[in-house]
Amino acid sequence: MKLELRDISKRFGDVLANDHLNITIPSGTIHAIVGENGAGKSTAMRIAYGFYRADSGDILVDDQVRDIRAPLDAIALGIGMVHQHFMLVRPMTVTENIVLGAEPGSALSLDVKQAAASIRALSAEFRLAVDADAVVEDLSVGQQQRVELLKALYRRAELLILDEPTAVLTPQEVEEFFSILRRMREQGKTVVIITHKLSEVLAISDNVTVMRDGRVVGNLKTCETSATELARLMVGRDVLLRVQKVPAKPGDAVLSVRDLSITTSAGSRRLDKVSFDVHAGEIVGVAGVEGNGQTELIEVLAGLLAESQITGSVTFNGRDIHQFDTRRRREIGIAHVPEDRHRRGLLLEFSLSENVILGVHYRPPAARGIASALLDEQAIRRRAELVIREFDVRPPNPALPARALSGGNQQKLIIGREFELPPTLLLISQPTRGVDIGAIEFIHRKIVALRDSGCAVLLVSAELEEVTALSDRLLVLHNGRIAGEVDPAQTSHEQVGLLMTGGHA
Amino acid sequence: MRSILTLSLVFSTIRLATPLVWAAIGGLYSERSGVINIALEGLMLAGAFTAAAMTFYTHSPWLGLGSAIIAAAFFALLLAVVCIRFKANEVVAGTGINILFLGLPAVLSGALFLSSGSTPQIPKDQLLPEFGRLSVVSILAVLLVALTQYVLYRTPFGLRLRSVGENPGAADAAGIRVLRMRYTGVILSGMLAGVGGAYLSIGQSSLFTRNMTAGRGFIALAALIFGKWRPVPTMLACLLFGFADALTIQMQGVAKLPSGEDVPVQFIQMIPYVVTIIVLAGFIGQSRAPGALGVAYDKES
Amino acid sequence: MKLLRELRFPLLAVLCAFAVGAIVVLLIGDNPVETFALLLGSAFSWPDGIGYTLFFATPLIFTGLAVAVALRGGLLNIGAEGQLYVAAFATAWVGITFTGLPSVMLVPLCCLAGIAAGAGWAAIPGVLKARFGSHEVINTIMLNFIAVALVGYLTQYHYRLPGDPIMETAPISGAAHIPRLGTFVPGLPTRIPLNVAFLLALIACWLVYVLLWRTRWGYEIRATGQNPAAAEYGGISIRKEIVLTMAISGALAGMVGINEVLGYRYRYYDGFSDNYGFTGIAVALLGRNHPVGVIAAAFLFAVLQRGGVPVDAFTQRVSKDIVLILQALVILFVAAETLFRPGGRPQGARTKI
Repeated sequence: MKLELRDISKRFGDVLANDHLNITIPSGTIHAIVGENGAGKSTAMRIAYGFYRADSGDILVDDQVRDIRAPLDAIALGIGMVHQHFMLVRPMTVTENIVLGAEPGSALSLDVKQAAASIRALSAEFRLAVDADAVVEDLSVGQQQRVELLKALYRRAELLILDEPTAVLTPQEVEEFFSILRRMREQGKTVVIITHKLSEVLAISDNVTVMRDGRVVGNLKTCETSATELARLMVGRDVLLRVQKVPAKPGDAVLSVRDLSITTSAGSRRLDKVSFDVHAGEIVGVAGVEGNGQTELIEVLAGLLAESQITGSVTFNGRDIHQFDTRRRREIGIAHVPEDRHRRGLLLEFSLSENVILGVHYRPPAARGIASALLDEQAIRRRAELVIREFDVRPPNPALPARALSGGNQQKLIIGREFELPPTLLLISQPTRGVDIGAIEFIHRKIVALRDSGCAVLLVSAELEEVTALSDRLLVLHNGRIAGEVDPAQTSHEQVGLLMTGGHA
Repeated sequence: MRSILTLSLVFSTIRLATPLVWAAIGGLYSERSGVINIALEGLMLAGAFTAAAMTFYTHSPWLGLGSAIIAAAFFALLLAVVCIRFKANEVVAGTGINILFLGLPAVLSGALFLSSGSTPQIPKDQLLPEFGRLSVVSILAVLLVALTQYVLYRTPFGLRLRSVGENPGAADAAGIRVLRMRYTGVILSGMLAGVGGAYLSIGQSSLFTRNMTAGRGFIALAALIFGKWRPVPTMLACLLFGFADALTIQMQGVAKLPSGEDVPVQFIQMIPYVVTIIVLAGFIGQSRAPGALGVAYDKES
Repeated sequence: MKLLRELRFPLLAVLCAFAVGAIVVLLIGDNPVETFALLLGSAFSWPDGIGYTLFFATPLIFTGLAVAVALRGGLLNIGAEGQLYVAAFATAWVGITFTGLPSVMLVPLCCLAGIAAGAGWAAIPGVLKARFGSHEVINTIMLNFIAVALVGYLTQYHYRLPGDPIMETAPISGAAHIPRLGTFVPGLPTRIPLNVAFLLALIACWLVYVLLWRTRWGYEIRATGQNPAAAEYGGISIRKEIVLTMAISGALAGMVGINEVLGYRYRYYDGFSDNYGFTGIAVALLGRNHPVGVIAAAFLFAVLQRGGVPVDAFTQRVSKDIVLILQALVILFVAAETLFRPGGRPQGARTKI
C-alpha cells in the first residue's frame, strides 16, 4: 500500500503542528519519519490514522484521495497504528484486546472460539507468539507490543504505522523487532516508523523523512545519508552528539545503599538487595529498560512510596535516613528531579514563582514571620527570577502558569529549582524526556557542572546514549537487581544491552 | 412468632432492595462506560414523580412506568451532554441534577396539583401489580441482573462498553465511538434509575412525596462500589442494604432500651446511613474502579 | 482586566440559568416577567429588602466559603448541611448550659463550640478518605442524614422545653446574644435579624483569602487540590491535608450557627436551614472558589431567597422552590464551562468514585 500526505496542515490552538506537509511512502518499504519531540511526526501519522482531522490537504492511499474521518475509516482502508503508549485495555485478555471493535459472532453473542482460532493463525504466520488467554496487565512490554501488532494485523492492515516502537525495548529486543519488520516487508506490507533514534533509522529503514517544527525538511534514501546529516536536518544546525566533560574527581561517599529491597503495597518485589555508593563529585548512572525498578529506586531514595515495604539501609553522609520523610530529605540536601514532570514535578496551574518554591515553601526564605506562616512574595519572586535567569527558562515571566511553558522549559525550571537548593545529592530521572535538542545540550551541561561543583549525582535514564555519555560509573538494573557495574567509556552499547536483559558481560 | 418475623423480613428485604438494584445496575452501565453518575438520586426522583403524576392522570401504572423511564432518560441525557460534550466535572454536574430534583417536583406538583410537593394518592388497583407479596418490579430486577451479566461479558456491546470505561483511547483506536457509548451508558442509567424511582412511588407506596428517595440513590452507588462494579455482587450488596433497612423498620416501636423505653426513632433512622459509611470504608480499598472513570475523553489534549 | 474576563463566565451562567428558569415558569403557566420581578424586586427595598437579603446572605457566605476551601483542596464537601446543623446545636448547647458566664466569655465560647463542632463533623469524612480512601461525597451525604437525626433526637428528648410543641430547644442565656445591626445603623430597625454575624462573614472572607494565598498552609491546600502527586513530591502530606481541609471547611460551615442561634432565634430551631449547605455549593462554584466571588454569589442567591417569599405568596402556581431550580441550573451551567470557554478543563475537584 502506498501512502501519500499531500499539503497536510493541522493547527492545535496556537501551535501549527503540521505545516503543508508532503510525504510519500512507497508501497512495500520500511519508511522512517524522524524529528525532535514536537516536530509534528506523531500528529501527521495520527491524521493518516483518522485520530485527528487535518485542517487542509489530502491523504492518498494507492494514489486515490481518501476521506479518513475516524480510525474506523483508516482501518477499513487497511491502515493500522501502534501507538507509543500502548492502547491496550489492561484488565482484559489478549483475545479481547485484539478483537475489540471487530468482534466475531453476532451482536448478541461473542464467538470466542473463532477469535482464538484467528489469532492463533496470525500468530503463526508472523511468528508473533502470544498467550491468547493472558491478561494484558500481566504481560511484559515486549509481549504487549506483539499484541498491538497482532491487533493491527487482525484488522488486515497493509500499512502499519509504529510510533516510537523501540522506546521500551532492550537492544536485543530491538533486533528481534527489526526481524519482525523485515518479515512484514517480505509479505508485502508497508511499515512507517516514527522515531528519534537515528541509529535505528540507519539500521532498518529504506527511506527517511525528516521533520522539523511542523515542516518536512528532507526526504532521503537511507543508504545515501548519515546520522550527522539527519541530526543537522532535525535541528537546523550542527549538533554535539556527545557532551564534553572532564574526568570526575570523586570524593567521599555521600549516599550508601546496602541490600535495599522494595516490595510495593500490591505485593510485587521491585528492588532486590541493591547495593551501591554515590560519591561527591561523580555521576553514577542507572541504565535499564523502564520497569526494572529504577522508578522505585529513585522514589524511595527521595522519601516517596511510603506505603511500600522497604528493607536494607540507606545512609546519607553517614546518617541513617530511612525514617526521613521527603521534606526532611530535602532539608539535608537531597534534591529530586522526577521522571514525570507533569505528574510529580509541577503544579501546572500555578505560576512559575509558586512552582519554584515547591518543597521549600514552608520555611525561610519562602516563608516568613511567626511559625513561618506567611509567604514572602518578594523573596519568592527573587528566587524565581534567579532560576529563570540561570536556567534559561522561556518565556522569562514568573507570573505565567507552568502549563504555558514548553516541555523543555518546564524541565529547565524544575532542574533550576532543584539545583539551586543547592543539593549535596541529586536524584535525577529521565532528565531530557520530551525535551528538544537545544534544551538537552543545556541540561547535560548543567548536570556535569553540578557534578564538578562537588555534588553527588544519581542519574537514571532509559536513553542509553544519554546515560553512557554522562555517567562516570554505570549500573545496570534488571528485574530489580544490579546486573552489573561498568565503565561507560570502555563498554559498548551491546554489552550494556546484554546486561539490561539479564545476560552477563 | 420468630419464623413469621423472618419470612416477613425476607420479603421486606426484597421490597426495600428493589429500587436499589435498579438504580445500582443503572449506575453500573454509566460507570462502566467511564462516567461517574452521582445523580442516581435525582434520576430516581424524576422517575418517582413522573410515575406518580402520570399514573394519576392516566389511571395506568404501565403508562406511569413508561413515562418515568422517558423522563429519567431525558434528564440523564442532560447530564450526559453537560459531562460528555461540555466536559463538566461529573460529580458537580450530578449534584446539580440532584438539587434540581429537590425543587422541580415541588414546583410541578404545585402547578398541577396545587400541593407543596406531593402528588395525590392513587388507588390500589392502579399501582404496579404484585404476585403474592412480590412486586413484578422485584422479579424483573433479578432478570435485569442476569441480563446485565450476560450483556456485559458475552456480547460485543458489553466488551466495547467496558473498554470505553477502562481505556477510551484504546477503544477509539480500535474504531469504537467512545462518546456514543458513554451517552448510551448514561441514558441507560437514567432509564433504570427511573424504574427504581417509579417503584418507590407507584409500587411500594401510592403517591410521591418530597425527597422520597431519602438518599437511596447514594446508597445504590455505595452498593455498586461495594459490588466492585459487577452485576451479581452489586445485587447482593443491595440486598445487604435492603436488609439493614428492613431491620430498621422491624425495630421501630419494638426495640427497647434496657430501661424499657423505646429506642428513639432517630437512632433507628440513622442505621442505613451508618451501615453505608462502614461498608464504604471497609471495602473501597479493595475495589477497582473502571480505569477511566471520571476522566473526560478528549483526544486532542 | 483579568477580573472582567473571569466575571464573564459566571455572568453568562446566571443569565442562561435564568433564561431556562423563565421557560420553566412559562411551562407551568405563570408569567415569567412577573415572577422574576417579584424574585428580584423585593430584595432591594430599605430597610426590609436589603436587611433580609444581607441576613440571608450571611449563612450562604459561610457555606460558600466552606465549599470553596474544600474545592481548592480537591474535595467536594456536600456535607455543609449536616455540619452546620451539628454546629448550630453545639452553639446553642453552650448558650443554654453555661448561663452563669458573662457575655465577653460566653459569646466567644459559643462561637468556638460551633466552629469546633462543624470542624469535627467534617473531619469524619476527611479521616475516612485519608485513611480508607472512601469518597467524601457519599460519606458527607450520609453524615447529613445522620446529623439531622442526631440533632433532632437531642432536641426532642433533651433540650426542648416541656410543653413546647415546636421542635426547638430552650432559649440560650441572654449573655450569649449578639447584637443586631439595627442597634448601630440608623434607619435599620432591630426587628430585622441582620446581625453582627454578617460582619463576621466578611471577615471570614478576608481570612480565607489570606489563608489560601498568603500562608504556607494555604499553599499546601491548593497544591494538594491541584496535583496531589506533585504536592507529595514537595513534601506535603496528602492525608494531613485532606483532614485539615475538611476541618477548615466544616469550621466555616459551622459559623452559620452564630448567625442563626446567637443573632436571630436565640435557641436551636430544628430545620432552620433553608438548604444553606447545598446552596453553598452553587455559591462556591459561581464564585469560582474565591472569597470575593463567594460574596457576590451569596448575595445573588440571597436575593433569590428573599424573593422566594413573595413568589410563594403572590403567584398562582409557582412556589419558592423555583429558587432551587435556578440554583441547580446555575450549577449545571457553571459546571459546563467549556460551553462558554472552549478548550479548557476548569479548575475544581477532580474526583473518582
